[in-house]
Amino acid sequence: MSTTVPTTHDEWLTAYGLTPERDATFTTLSGEAVRPLYTAADLPDEERIGLPGQYPYTRGVYPSMYRGRLWTMRQFAGFGTAEETNARFRYLLDHGQTGLSTAFDMPSLMGHDSDSPLSLGEVGREGVAIDTVDDMETLFSGIDLGQVSVSMTINAPAAIMLAFYVVAAERQGVSPDRLNGTIQADILKEYIAQKEWCFPIDDAMRLLGDMIEYSTHEMPRFNSVSISGYHIREAGSTAAQELAFTLKNGLTYVEQAVARGLDADTFAPRLSFFFNAQIDFFEEIAKYRAARRIWARELRDTFGAKDPKSWLMRFHTQTAGVSLTAQQPLNNIVRTAIEALAGVLGGTQSLHTNSYDEALALPTEDAVRIALRTQQIIAHETGVTNTIDPLGGSYAVEAMTDAIEAQAYAYFAKIDALGGMVQAVKLNYPQREIADASYELQTEIDAGRRVVVGVNRYTEGDDGQLPISKVDPTLEGKQIERVRAIKAARDPARVEACLAVLRETAADPARNLMAPLLDAARAQVSEGEIVHALQDVWGSFTESPVF
Amino acid sequence: MPTVQKKIRVVVAKPGLDGHDRGAKIIARALRDAGMEVIYTGLHQTPEQIVATVIQEDADAVGLSILSGAHMTLVPRIVELLSDQGIEDVVVTVGGTIPSDDIPELKALGVAEVFTPGAPTQAIIDFIRGAVHRQ
Repeated sequence: MSTTVPTTHDEWLTAYGLTPERDATFTTLSGEAVRPLYTAADLPDEERIGLPGQYPYTRGVYPSMYRGRLWTMRQFAGFGTAEETNARFRYLLDHGQTGLSTAFDMPSLMGHDSDSPLSLGEVGREGVAIDTVDDMETLFSGIDLGQVSVSMTINAPAAIMLAFYVVAAERQGVSPDRLNGTIQADILKEYIAQKEWCFPIDDAMRLLGDMIEYSTHEMPRFNSVSISGYHIREAGSTAAQELAFTLKNGLTYVEQAVARGLDADTFAPRLSFFFNAQIDFFEEIAKYRAARRIWARELRDTFGAKDPKSWLMRFHTQTAGVSLTAQQPLNNIVRTAIEALAGVLGGTQSLHTNSYDEALALPTEDAVRIALRTQQIIAHETGVTNTIDPLGGSYAVEAMTDAIEAQAYAYFAKIDALGGMVQAVKLNYPQREIADASYELQTEIDAGRRVVVGVNRYTEGDDGQLPISKVDPTLEGKQIERVRAIKAARDPARVEACLAVLRETAADPARNLMAPLLDAARAQVSEGEIVHALQDVWGSFTESPVF
Repeated sequence: MPTVQKKIRVVVAKPGLDGHDRGAKIIARALRDAGMEVIYTGLHQTPEQIVATVIQEDADAVGLSILSGAHMTLVPRIVELLSDQGIEDVVVTVGGTIPSDDIPELKALGVAEVFTPGAPTQAIIDFIRGAVHRQ
């Protein structure tokens, strides 16, 4: 018997065929077929790969990447009242963190005050409760807003929270032009995936436009939108859907701002992105690389942006909450590490790593520390930061980057055919695509065709016995008292006057709502009162769910 | 002659303010594919709205999906409202991020079963079918 050594691709293929493939599905988590081997024939033209810090930025947005500066390790925090979260923020700053990331509670995300019956049981539970500018002031008490960078994860009422933030800074003597940070404000993905809304889509888009216009003129250091695929992926989308819907949302915001007469170069450098890091390692890396290339091309060629800063797709990454399992929860540490590594090899600018107990509850301090240590181990021990984009030029990764880019453009074409993203969302198109993808994946898991360790293979039975963190239930009552006390002590005539101006301005699309929002914030009008005044004019939103 | 069994009617509901509807929609579709009549309430429902839907739809079962951590406030309220309306024969199940410590307490309130992340959809289908037929 002689062993032949394959020297050509055809010979290799013959040799490959001699061993039967094991019983498995060779597809990505998103269901894309993966070939057994990629070769030099799969590499794109050199200019599609390029160099770091050079158009089309496939290899990274900066010339030096992690040799110059590591990514920002930005863990998301917020719970209870502004007082508790303020103490946590000061602790983080004392321990060397330079940026803050604010999680709001569900009532704040939905525009309900803490004393609304709709907020029952949810006040301060999944984030901090902010009802008025006084809460915002307490949240940053003792923290110089002219020095720190603050990220705020809020969308439907983003313009209201931004007004609270600007007025809280004003009380510290810090003017808006000195404020540094990011507000998520990505309203389209709320209707697509995260589902925390206040207003009908068109009015919500107008409110966002007002906010972008204001921040472009008054807040040159503030990122006014963080265009987020994270929640789209968590809702069950594929990687290609996350990429396509997120970028299309971003392009839609650019289109609107340009239509309002803004020059793309005046605001595009302040747009940033937020992506998920799922467990399918190479698929994720390909997604980030393709995203940079698409954004650079669209901003340069479609919108005519001249400033290279407008072409840069800078992004934050969070590991996939949806990949965490309640069963054998310590396995989640491993999943998170691999996902985080994909974010790093994909060139992320900042990273949040999930804690292993988050399929069960909000994380304990121990779990959060391990999550942060995971990033530090990647940064300082693994050596992956020593060279830029180490996977650049990989036959497989470059081929996957090209493939997912093509899928994104195919989605763009379908969305354009429906009349653009706003129209597509109204028609439930992305929602339906995501629901189908998520059901498909669950069917595969249920049938055992896709293995989830500890869930449908290598199970042990007794799971989930972990110490978990509990939010103090008395905090809800404390916050309700606080907002009631503020409401009782205000000048009611001034509040009514502010609300009247808000209604009047909301009814005239030619006017910008930011000035009346700032006045309302100064008069301690609450978030819920402002939302209701705007809903008096615009109405609210009810979804027709597709499943 | 085979007896024609009435289709099981299930309300899948999202109480509270969280927008995590991936699980609820997968379950709704799986129950529908398993031959049940499924009424999905959509998001952000109050306990009162959910109970009204259960009554209006003459449901055999209601599945509550909660991922906000507010389950120990919302579930007791829904169970209480059902009981105020004299509804004793509707199977109540809960799904979502429910810590194991809270499960016995929910069951003591009358919740038939609690499903946490990773629960196979077939197990949920089988449970609801069995529990409704036992009623």
